[in-house]
Amino acid sequence: MLPMFDYLKPRSLDDALALIATTPKAFPIAGGTNLLVDVRSGKVQPEALVEVGFLDELCGIRKEGGEIVIGAGTTIAELLSDPMIESQLPVLHAASTTFANTLIRNRATIGGNLANNAPCADTAPALLVLDASVELASVRGKRSIKLEEFLTSPFETVRAVDELILAVRVSVPPRAAIGRFRKMGLRKISCMAKVDVAVLLDFNSEGICVDARIAMGAASPVARRAVDAEATLVGNPLHPERIRRAADQTAQAAVPRPGSEYKQQVVRSMVTKLLDDIAREGGDRRG
Amino acid sequence: MADPITITLRVNTRVHNIGVEPRATLLHTLRELGHTDVKNGCEIGECGACAVLLNGEPVNSCMVLAVQADGATITTNAGLGTMEKPHLIQAAFADAGAVQCGFCTPGMVIATKALLDRNPNPSEHEIREALSGNLCRCTGYGQIVDGVKLAAKRLASSRQTGGASC
Repeated sequence: MLPMFDYLKPRSLDDALALIATTPKAFPIAGGTNLLVDVRSGKVQPEALVEVGFLDELCGIRKEGGEIVIGAGTTIAELLSDPMIESQLPVLHAASTTFANTLIRNRATIGGNLANNAPCADTAPALLVLDASVELASVRGKRSIKLEEFLTSPFETVRAVDELILAVRVSVPPRAAIGRFRKMGLRKISCMAKVDVAVLLDFNSEGICVDARIAMGAASPVARRAVDAEATLVGNPLHPERIRRAADQTAQAAVPRPGSEYKQQVVRSMVTKLLDDIAREGGDRRG
Repeated sequence: MADPITITLRVNTRVHNIGVEPRATLLHTLRELGHTDVKNGCEIGECGACAVLLNGEPVNSCMVLAVQADGATITTNAGLGTMEKPHLIQAAFADAGAVQCGFCTPGMVIATKALLDRNPNPSEHEIREALSGNLCRCTGYGQIVDGVKLAAKRLASSRQTGGASC
């Protein structure tokens, strides 16, 4: 049996924000796939759970100009079945294919994955290379924060206790940009990441890299970008020596826990593999 | 605090109007209502033994509060067929030797039902992916995959002859 708590179903977003602000130890709940595990273990001790996943403001995926706005209550299964995500944000689609398993994907939400901020959260590296922003709301107002500032330390974010994640906003990458995601875990599926890496590269017509983003999860206390490696790639063609240097720099940017130093080697291999693949395909396309 | 909340659950052919504590999971509520074909395994969303269709989508019922399922239609393994009149998937599992201790079977059948509803002719990779949230501690995965393939094959031939759908 779970410990006792109240369950509150708000009538509107404003009602939800007021409940979260005024009810002691109230936690928002959507899919509950992290929260209910933490409640069961006693790690989280709510006096009330406030249902939020159904609220209109947290639902749906929509295009706004050159941006895609993903409601925080969007499940991973909904991300996977959305044609716009698959065609325009393939790196996020790819991350979603590696997420937990089919049963969990039907409940787990993108907002919950970020709010929980497990070091191995699969959507985080993909959203980092997409330069995502997190939109938050409370009775005090709304604010938008870059994801890399939102994710502070393991299982901690800048979200205040009375704040709710409304949506995740990303700019659609240029048409020619190439996004890739790779995950290494103990199994092929239904596992937590030991390391995952997302890359997003854009090239001009001469094959010069004009934008590079590399992010990794589970290899550091929080998912993070590898800015030195990105700088190595920008302004240059994707030649083997650049790939090797960027892979080394990404590995150096990883801060694994003591005893997990092997993850730096895994990061190096995964970045090399992803960039090698992109270089080969880019060459084919131009050739 | 935590007074019971009245909810309505449509489970298989039955409609339940009941009062539940907010902390009651859908899993426990279903079992207390007599739907003991929904198995209680890990209670942390790892094993899939408690899988049910919630408005047609397979979920771990241990990861859903009963109050969150208010108004929902729920299908359990026993809602698909009976011993006398088994569902096509259940018969295929039995014929393929996909049932060892049987504890994971209701969840496996539910995950298979969700798969074949969406994709009647899945590849082996798609089958393994669809069952990725369901653990078999007897490790009889080979026969379970065979059971799903057999069900898909029988589904295809029953459709050709105008028989029942999955």
